[in-house]
Parts: sequence; C-alpha cells; structure tokens
Amino acid sequence: MCQVDEHYEEGLERAEVPSVSRKCVKCKEAEATVVIRAGDSFCRTCFREYFIHKFRAMLGKNRIIFPGEKVLLAVSGGPSSSSMLRQVQEGLSQNAHKKLRFCPGIIFIDEGGVVGQSVEQRRRTAGELLTVFRAAGFPVHMVPLEQVLDLPSSILASASLASKRTASSYKVAVDRFVRTDGGSSLTPQDQEVMLLPPVNQSQTQALQQLMMSATTLTARQELLNTLRLHLLVHTARSKGYNKVMLGDNGTRAAVKLVSSIALGRGAQLAQDTGFSDSRFGDIILVRPMRDYSAKEISYYNYLFSVPSVFIPALDTKTVDKSSIQHLTEIFITKLQADFPSTVSTVYRTSEKLQTVCRGPSTPEHTTRCLLCVCDLDTATEEASAFQATLTSEQLSVGPSGAARTETQRQDPVGLNQAAPPRQCCPSGGGAEDCGRAASGGGCCSSARLLVGSDLRSLLCYSCQLMVKDLASVESLPHYILSEAQRRQRRSQMRDEISDFLLGDDEG
Amino acid sequence: MPVLCSSCAEKRAVLKRPKTGHSLCKECFFWAFEEEVHQTIVAAKLFKQGETVGIAASGGKDSTVLAHVMKLLNERYNYGLELMLLSVDEGITGYRDDSLETVKRNQQQYELPLKIVSYEELYGWTMDAIVKQVGLKNNCTFCGVFRRQALDRGAIMLKVDKICTGHNADDVAETVLMNVLRGDIARLRRCTAISTTSEGEGVVPRCKPLKYAYEKEIVLYAYFKKLDYFSTECIYSPNAYRGHARTFLKDLESIRPSSIMDVIHSGENLSVREGVKMPVQGTCNRCGYISSQALCKSCVLLEGLNRGLPKLGIGKHHRLHDKILSQQPLTEKEERKLKSVDF
Repeated sequence: MCQVDEHYEEGLERAEVPSVSRKCVKCKEAEATVVIRAGDSFCRTCFREYFIHKFRAMLGKNRIIFPGEKVLLAVSGGPSSSSMLRQVQEGLSQNAHKKLRFCPGIIFIDEGGVVGQSVEQRRRTAGELLTVFRAAGFPVHMVPLEQVLDLPSSILASASLASKRTASSYKVAVDRFVRTDGGSSLTPQDQEVMLLPPVNQSQTQALQQLMMSATTLTARQELLNTLRLHLLVHTARSKGYNKVMLGDNGTRAAVKLVSSIALGRGAQLAQDTGFSDSRFGDIILVRPMRDYSAKEISYYNYLFSVPSVFIPALDTKTVDKSSIQHLTEIFITKLQADFPSTVSTVYRTSEKLQTVCRGPSTPEHTTRCLLCVCDLDTATEEASAFQATLTSEQLSVGPSGAARTETQRQDPVGLNQAAPPRQCCPSGGGAEDCGRAASGGGCCSSARLLVGSDLRSLLCYSCQLMVKDLASVESLPHYILSEAQRRQRRSQMRDEISDFLLGDDEG
Repeated sequence: MPVLCSSCAEKRAVLKRPKTGHSLCKECFFWAFEEEVHQTIVAAKLFKQGETVGIAASGGKDSTVLAHVMKLLNERYNYGLELMLLSVDEGITGYRDDSLETVKRNQQQYELPLKIVSYEELYGWTMDAIVKQVGLKNNCTFCGVFRRQALDRGAIMLKVDKICTGHNADDVAETVLMNVLRGDIARLRRCTAISTTSEGEGVVPRCKPLKYAYEKEIVLYAYFKKLDYFSTECIYSPNAYRGHARTFLKDLESIRPSSIMDVIHSGENLSVREGVKMPVQGTCNRCGYISSQALCKSCVLLEGLNRGLPKLGIGKHHRLHDKILSQQPLTEKEERKLKSVDF
C-alpha cells in the first residue's frame, strides 16, 4: 500500500503532501521504494541493509548465542519465520560483513493434523518447504505434531542451568573461536535432512481427539501452543541444539503480550514475550525477530522474494470473538490502524517487564507449572484476584452445596455434557494405540485416579483456566499425566515425612 | 422446571452470577456479594478499629453500593468505623447537580454525614467554565486531575483517616489494559494495588473495597436491593481511548467471564525489570501536593487556565515548569503552541 511505485495509486499521488520526500532518507540519493513509518522512506538497497543490520544487532546486543553453538530455527513457513531463515542465511554467507558464528538447523512442525488438512495437503506443504530448506543448506528436521504424544515425561522437568554464562564468558568464547578459526567448521558439509515420517492415522485421530476435548477455541489454541513448545524443546534436546530461534515479530509480541494478560499469564509475560526465555534451563528460546513489525517483514519478503507458505491456523476464518487470542489480534490490529504507535508502545512495555522472581532457577520441579514450565503463580497473598475467585466460588455454592460441587468439580464439564464413556482406546483408535498406552504404564487405568482438582494444584493460574475448559483431563497426553502422577506421589511422600525434614530444600 | 439456588438449594434462583456462573436466589446473592467484600476488606487489612473513613460518593451505582455495603458490614462485623460521605462537585450542569441530589438522598437514607467540595471553591473554575475555554477534547484530563486533589482536600477538611472509592473489578482490569496500551509502566505497577500507602503530607490513603466485585454484579445488587442511584453518562464527551479498552474488556468477558479477574491477576503479578527508569515522587513547589515534577499536574493545568493557555498541562511541557515557577513570561512561540485548541 505504501509502496511508492505502485501503479494503481497514480491518481492519488497528486493529492499527497508535497513535503514527503521521494528520496531515500538514508543515502539521500536513490529513489525511495518503501515507507516503513511515516517519514521513513528507504530505497531498496538501504532497506535491505537496515533490515539485515537489525537482525545482527539484535543478536549482538543480547550476546546469548555463543560462537559455534548449534541453533535450531523454528520455521513454520509463515512470513516471519521464513524471513528469519533468510536472515540467518545472509548472516552466514561468505561475503557477509560480520559473519554470524553459530551452526543453524531447521525444524518444521507439521500441524496439519490439528487444522484438519488431508494427508495429501500435508505432504504438499512439506514438499514445498523442503525445497526452500534444501536451498538453505542447513540440517532439516521435519516433525509431525503427532509425535508429541510419544514424548518422555522428562520434557516437563526443567533441567538446571548448565553454567551461568555471563558477558565476560561470551568474550572469552568469541576470542577462542576466532583463534582456533572455528569459521571453517561452519562451512556446510553434507546436509542432514530428516524427512517427514509417515504419520499413523490413529495417531492423528488421537491428537484430534485431544484437541477437540478442549471445549473452547481459547483453550485449544493454548493447548496447541503448549504441545508445540514441548515438541520443539524435545527435538532440540535430542538433536543436541542449545538454542531455539522463534520467528515472533514485534506485532506478534504485542498481540501476545495483551492476550497473555487477558489469559492471566501476567507472571509469565516476560518469558512468553521477551527476547530470551530460559524456562527449560538447558534449552534457551530466542526471539530475534521481535524488533521488526509485521509490515517491515512483508516488505522485505516481497522485495527480496522470500518464499513463504500459507498454512491455516486454528483461528483462521473464524469470527472475531471466537477466542481470546483471536479477539486480541483483531483488537490490536484495528487499534494500530487508528493509533500507529500502538504496537511499538506495547512492545516496548514488554521489554520493561520481568517475572516475579522466586530465585532465578529453582531446582525443585514441583514449583513449576506442569504444562508451561514457568514458576507457579498461585501461591499468592490473601488479598489477590486468585483468592478472591476462590472465595466467590465457595460462597456461591454455600455450605450445603459444597458437597454437591465436589463431585461436580472432579469432572468439571464431563458429567453435564453427557460425554461418551471414556474407554481405554478411542473408538477409532485401533490396537496400536492401545498397545502404546499399555507399554507406557497403563495411561488410562492409572489416569483415572487423577481428578481435575488434583491436577490443578500442579498448574499455574492460566493453565488451570485452560484445563478447566477441557472436557476431561484424561485426554491429555500420557507424558503429561504420568509426570503429574509422579509429582503427586512425590508431594504425598513429602507430606508424610515432613515432620522429619530439617530444611526447606531437598534433593 | 425452575432452577434452584446453588447455595441454599431451597429457593428458586433468580439470577446467574456473572462472576462464577452459579444460579443463586436473591438472599444468597446478597450474602455472597457482601461476604466477598468483607473478605476483601479483612484479607487486605484495609481498615483499623476506630478509624474515620470517607466514602467517595458520586451518586453513581458503584459508590451507592459501596456506601450501602460499607454501612452494612460495619454494623454486621463491628469494624468500629466512623463513616462519612465525601462528594466532589465538578460544576457540570445537567449532570453533577442531578447526581448530587442522589447523594443527598443517600445521606438521609444511610444517616451518614456528607461533605461536598466543589471545583469552584478549590480552584475558582467549574468544569462548565473549563470546557468553555478548552473545548470538548482533553477536558477529562482537567476533571480527573482536579478530582484526585479535591478528594484529598475534602478528606483533610473532614479529618478522615482513609478514603474508599467505588472502583470495581472492571475498572481495575480496564486500567491495567489501558496502561499496557499506553506503555505507562509506573502506573501499570501501581494500578492493581488495593490501597495506597500514605504518600506524604496532604495525601490521604485510599482503598478500593470493591476491587474484586464485577460491575455487572454491582448493578445486580443495586437492582435487587432497589438502591437509589443516578445513572447518566457525563455530558462532556467520554474518554475515547479508554473506550477502546472498555469495549475490548467487555468482549473478553463475553468469551470467558473470568477474564476480568484474569487480567487483574496478570496485573498483580507483573513486575518491572531492574534498571527501568521510574518517576520519583516529590512534592509540588507551589502547593506542596505529591508530584513527580517540579509542579504538580493540577497547578500546571490551573496555570494554563489562568493564563489562557489551556494546552499547557496537556502533553509534556516539563521544560516550562521553571519558567512558570519563577513567573517568567513565555515566549511568543511557546504561547502560540499552547493557545486554545482549534476545532
């Protein structure tokens, strides 16, 4: 729209304010091609330089990615992450001004099963992306989301930080890297490509059933984000990566910040939207695209033909109020149209926040949320929104109603919605699904013991809200349920021996 | 089949609680609502035995319910508080004069002493006169800033120990969202606090006993209790930007009713990174009221009004504070920028 040489704007151009310069504001010579913000018009070359510099500056400023480190680029195929892939390619290219010094790999998580794409569609998308990935020359990991069902429980336990790496150690590492001329080791060798393995139909069904057990789209989107993150971190761990780069851009960050607030994730905001996120301890999530607006990225992708693939999301083609996340996105985008500083203001707010720290990284896993692996925020003081909500619920059922709701609470929605009796195998599941469950320690039979109210004590405020919207907690994947049981047993054990423990900390 | 009350399980439920979704009968709803406010007061230790508390009363639903519930709880639980009503007359014809009539009726119904302070006596300007000079844009800035100080001044005249205001959960959640959208990190941190600590001379601590009460439940309470309140929007345009936050919050609530509490929970658990510059609280060099600048906002606004430069207090003109303090004239260029807004 703001591109100067678009032909259909011929008629309008005369009406434009004459003070708007046609020259690039940077080099003041070439004709301007793009207007990023009011007053900032760039020519093609300067825009490219500005864009590339921003990426490198973001990494340089934060000093989180050490030279020689293996970094996994999470590419969804959308404009933002595709642009991120291009930036890494540019940074690693031979003639780059200041070469990036890490070893990238690409991960694509195929969520087609969740958004109802056919096997054929999924295969085609993967094929398209593979061509792009092959061209980049980095190792590629194509993973179907279905694999999340087979994750080990260990993914939910945050590993303690290997060693606190500081700014000074960064310098040392850079020096060592330069001396040993590590640059040569970065030249692409044989490209390792892990193709999308064929997905079992029953797995897809199991995953779909899990997603459908969320009664609201809000919860479904949250659940998908949680599962995707688990799978990302797991793949990074098993393939030996230390960092995962996410393609969240500034617009996305602003939307996420506001929707996180609406979802009660205030305590986790800094981790959810900040540049780096160390909730998983050994794997650090990095968001290097945060400084770009969605608009800048589309311009760059258009001008420098960065290919991207459209993959529908859960909230594609839904009404405005279909979910909290979707509503927030629409709200922010509309507000941005009227008040063009909205996104940057919100984004800047996110930079000033941090989580309420209860020790930077507590080794005791039970203080972390079972699902989002952030510090629990439910141990609040007496006068708080959390306590007030509990009070309201208690008062609304009264003394006589307390017993009645107790039974209701154990199966929050399941009973009144006349859900089909939950069996060990989903009706269309087939034998293999059952076998998997059995080998995993009998998910169904033991999961039955796990009731909603028990699970809630292991979750943060926001994940409690999400689980409340699930038809039954038993539909959660096995790795989550078994870890929940482990934690419960552990806390029961601790209760039993609490009289004999001397300190707060235990192994 | 009539739905039974989920609390007593005897009477017919007459309403569905917006906050929890439970169906309750009238009596159980009253009980739950009052008890929740009581829990909030006790848990946050808002009052001490023997204190004098001024209830900021506008005549609207929130403050009417607040006055009613405060009086009731004070008797039911023996808080030992001496309650008073405190109103501010902004001087808005056709709006405040009518709502003050409601407050005066409330005063008789609840048998509480009432004090009205007016902008006219405090500042020499009524809102009507201000709007005549400033226009309909930005006039809410004047009203809001002046009211904050007027309440404090009234509270000092009445010699109360604390002021409680009728801010409800929706108001607090809306403010959280507003401050995020405006990037106002200092206010974002403060806005969820249920009470202000005594900030210094001339400032009376404030609290919000209805902080966790949904606006809809306040209306339901007032409706079923048949409370006498005044409900009209202010005649001078509502604040446009806050309107966006309000609509957004209402939409959120319609998707997930707990959203209001969720936003407050988020706000309560936010914390600011170390090293982020925060305004330092000082006092105004002219009137001695709390201020982060050399001059407090209401002195700047007043100066602007008296000099005929209404835009002086709109936006940031901190550089001019020294000039105002030393009574220096402004340059012509500065004056031109601060002259009345065109429309």
